[in-house]
Amino acid sequence: MTVLAAAGVTGSLGAIGYGLAAIGPGIGVGLIFAAYINSVARQPESASMNRQNLFLGFALVEALALLGFVVPFIFGK
Amino acid sequence: MLTLSLLTGVLASPGVLTAPCDKGDSGYCAPSSTAFDLPELFGFNIGSQHVAITKFTVLLLLGVVVVLGFFLASTRRSSLVPSKIQWMGESAYSVIRDGVARDTIGPEGIKFAPYLASLFFFLLIMNVFGVLPFAQIPVTSKISYPAFLAIISLILFNFVGIKHQGVGKYFKGIAFPSGVPKAMYLILTPIEIISTLIVRPFTLAVRLFANMFAGHLLLLVFISGTTFLLNVNNFSVVFSPLSFIMAIAMTFFELFVEALQAYVFVVLTASYISGALVEEH
Repeated sequence: MTVLAAAGVTGSLGAIGYGLAAIGPGIGVGLIFAAYINSVARQPESASMNRQNLFLGFALVEALALLGFVVPFIFGK
Repeated sequence: MLTLSLLTGVLASPGVLTAPCDKGDSGYCAPSSTAFDLPELFGFNIGSQHVAITKFTVLLLLGVVVVLGFFLASTRRSSLVPSKIQWMGESAYSVIRDGVARDTIGPEGIKFAPYLASLFFFLLIMNVFGVLPFAQIPVTSKISYPAFLAIISLILFNFVGIKHQGVGKYFKGIAFPSGVPKAMYLILTPIEIISTLIVRPFTLAVRLFANMFAGHLLLLVFISGTTFLLNVNNFSVVFSPLSFIMAIAMTFFELFVEALQAYVFVVLTASYISGALVEEH
């Protein structure tokens, strides 16, 4: 912390940490929806069949970003 | 102005707008995890242990009563030609019975449908309390509630696996997945054991908790931002309606997320059960 203070960095490191934590899930969620849209465009009948997998994959990947969101609250002080 | 600020005051949870600032620079108190430390409504002592009843406990009991009441009302006097409430109850139940239990687990999943359906509707009401007026806090934003439900899921899918495959075969299936070169077990066995018995319930609980926690804080940021900007006494007042619109939009987004997370919890529980039912070859 003293190094950061000497460099003139103030504020919440948690915000930066969350920004970094959100990169991976951001890409991941994008890939999941892209794959779903691709599959539905190729075969529209598969829309309802794949929807469960879509939401499952979305929620699994999104959880990573949310872990990053909660960690600064836990280790913030 | 006054009505809007009263409205946002009602929308926000009690305590959050009066939460003390820890930084004196901008005057704006960003909501923090203290927003979840709700005041004690009443309390009593069991021995030396103090038991505090908060809004969470009240909402939990209310949710149980609502779910129980709805399904009892829908199955009471059931007939071949369904009444309105029977039709509602049956449609709601069949969403989980057919959409989750049968599709994820297979035909033998039907016998888990009662648990999965109760879990889903219980979680749904627990989560939707986050946007319901006067409740306005998701019960599942306290880690203890999702953690306990995740432990139930852990016990359930292990019990099903042991009952269906036998103790030795079930744990052998977890620790030594088939179709892998022998040397790989050095790395694979610890990973598989940790992932099945520890990471599964942990992520199940934390996913639900973190979604509800983050969602509630998101709403608080926009709602407390609205009231702060209303009282800022300079040009920035014009941004207050933007924050308010965002708060409303996020409320609907939260409604979606809350339903989705209840669904995901149930689908994952179902897929863990189905994994325990399938014998390794």
